[in-house]
Amino acid sequence: MKRVALVGMPNTGKSTLFNRITGGNARVANWPGLTVELASHRVLLGGSMVQLVDLPGIYDLTGGAEDEQVAQRFLADTDLDAVLLVLNATQLDRQLALALQLKSVGARLIVALNMADEAKRGGFDIDTDALSETLGSPVLKISAKYGHGVDGLKALLATSLNQTAARLDFARLRPAEASRDAEAALYAQAVRRPPTLSPGPTQKLDGWLLHPLAGLPLFVLMMALLFQLTYAIGTPLQDGAEALLGSVKDAWLVPLTSGLPEFLSGLIVSGVWDGVTTVLTFAPLIFVFFCLMAVIEDSGYFARAAFMMDGIMARVGLDGRGFVMLMMGFGCNVPALMGTRVIRDHKARLLTMLTIPFSLCSARLQIFLFFAGALFGPRQAPWVLLSLYFASIFIALGTALLFRKYFPSREPFALELPPYRLPVMKHVVFRGWNECKSFLKLATTMIVIGVVAVWLLTNYPNPQHSYAEVIANFFQPLLSPIGIQAELSIALLFGFVAKEVVLGALAVIAGADGAQLATHLAQTLDPVSAYSFMLFALTYVPCVATIAAMKKESKSTGFTAFSVVWSLVLAWMLSFVFYQGARALGF
Amino acid sequence: MILNLAELQTQQPARVQAVGTSAELTQRLAALGLRPGRDVEVIRRGWLGGPLQLKVGGTEFMLRRAEAALIRVVAPSAEIAPARAGGVTA
Repeated sequence: MKRVALVGMPNTGKSTLFNRITGGNARVANWPGLTVELASHRVLLGGSMVQLVDLPGIYDLTGGAEDEQVAQRFLADTDLDAVLLVLNATQLDRQLALALQLKSVGARLIVALNMADEAKRGGFDIDTDALSETLGSPVLKISAKYGHGVDGLKALLATSLNQTAARLDFARLRPAEASRDAEAALYAQAVRRPPTLSPGPTQKLDGWLLHPLAGLPLFVLMMALLFQLTYAIGTPLQDGAEALLGSVKDAWLVPLTSGLPEFLSGLIVSGVWDGVTTVLTFAPLIFVFFCLMAVIEDSGYFARAAFMMDGIMARVGLDGRGFVMLMMGFGCNVPALMGTRVIRDHKARLLTMLTIPFSLCSARLQIFLFFAGALFGPRQAPWVLLSLYFASIFIALGTALLFRKYFPSREPFALELPPYRLPVMKHVVFRGWNECKSFLKLATTMIVIGVVAVWLLTNYPNPQHSYAEVIANFFQPLLSPIGIQAELSIALLFGFVAKEVVLGALAVIAGADGAQLATHLAQTLDPVSAYSFMLFALTYVPCVATIAAMKKESKSTGFTAFSVVWSLVLAWMLSFVFYQGARALGF
Repeated sequence: MILNLAELQTQQPARVQAVGTSAELTQRLAALGLRPGRDVEVIRRGWLGGPLQLKVGGTEFMLRRAEAALIRVVAPSAEIAPARAGGVTA
């Protein structure tokens, strides 16, 4: 029987690939001379039976750890037809040495570059031909996780097992350190990445961005710049979209629907159209914001933020990664909740998850953009927005601090600080467009349903005495102490489903869209009650999707319920303190 | 001079002698290049008791001080010339 050893560093997805090839039911067997058990499985490849043996993860062939020695002894003492080497395509700078080392002892290598999808997303451009030529063995890109390229790999394996099995010549073994230069040369030859800053400028930049005193002000400055730019670039685009949609409404929609019964034309024009277009005009702003976010994210600055904040995060029971998750949550809370999977300690993960719903996501951003624009001047608006981002971070960290004693953790963390990377235009636009697309997708489904429901509620049985009014009156004793009036309370109620609906709902309730709605809000609200509303919208349950993600990730209904109740209670308390405080101070 | 990594001065290269952290972290550190025999340098210390910024080979990463204290390193004393990078693993 043919025999193939599966070799790779820890965390390269070696076992995932093993399961992919073998079908997942590995048999664990003892090997002569070895005290530990190795997973192996027989597979039929190209007409011959092949035994595939999954070796423990090794960094090099000379490592001293116990399981590394097991793998070394197996490789030294067993006749092998081939060695299937799995490398993490995103870490080739540290992994190619193992391939060179195996080659130096005469292994018949087949190299699988795993996580090729991740490498592609990270902007790696890997020349497999160049690798193949230097290593003298076939090199294939795969994704064991998604199964991409695994069939090709099996076919390749089947055709390369036609020589007699041979033993590796460990006498020719050289230490991994001796291959470092060759590794660096091969990496430089075969792997292209977006240009990075050379070590000199990276160190200089770190000197400022990680400076104990200058670091935090620079972070604030960067965020402020982000909003100023979003406004500067996005607002003209938004005005353009608004004008365009407005002329479509006047030129086409109103004449077209004028023949319909009043109820139906009302539903279409001041229900669906006004509601949805008010939300749609935010697409350009969302696009610009996330393009700029992508520049920051791709640059490697997030890891620096984690470094800077870890001292503070440790005090509230979290770590630097938690801060990065919060910043990811600025996009959408759902992927940020899923991102907490990198935290192994369950309690630490729960505590991080508890903070994420307070992260100011794009849906809430759109509400705040509108309110800040409607009630504050163009000079103040970016600062109002910045203050809400800080409130978001403070609320998240405060929550962690308050509950840290119930979620004790001692998980260590080691996070890479990659060299600064210059943005790749294609990727930046791709990110902005993706966020924009998912926003538009919601805008066309959930929001349509939402605004229709709101329109029906506000117009039934008749506009003077509607169900909406009944509901608003019911919540009034609770919401008037925090300065939220009847028409806003209906919007908040629908915001429970998704924050994207809030503005659309408001447009329907007020019977006005875009600029008209802004004027309407400016007339009915003052800055204090508007800020109180924003504070409440920031803090209470983000959306149904977040609750679902929370339930799925925590696997606990109790924890999820606690998170929802806590956010509602906290939202009310914060708005109450702010509103009553501001009023007491005479604002 | 043998000391732990948390005690090592910034910008002073040293060689890792033993990594006494939990098995999981030890593995993670090894993947980042920090294993016995490799040279390590503390680039800076985070403010407010924050983590250390470490450099091993071409890789930079952060590690909290409590964990860094579990890593034993040998720093060349001032008289002896610094050990050459890329030495042979024991």
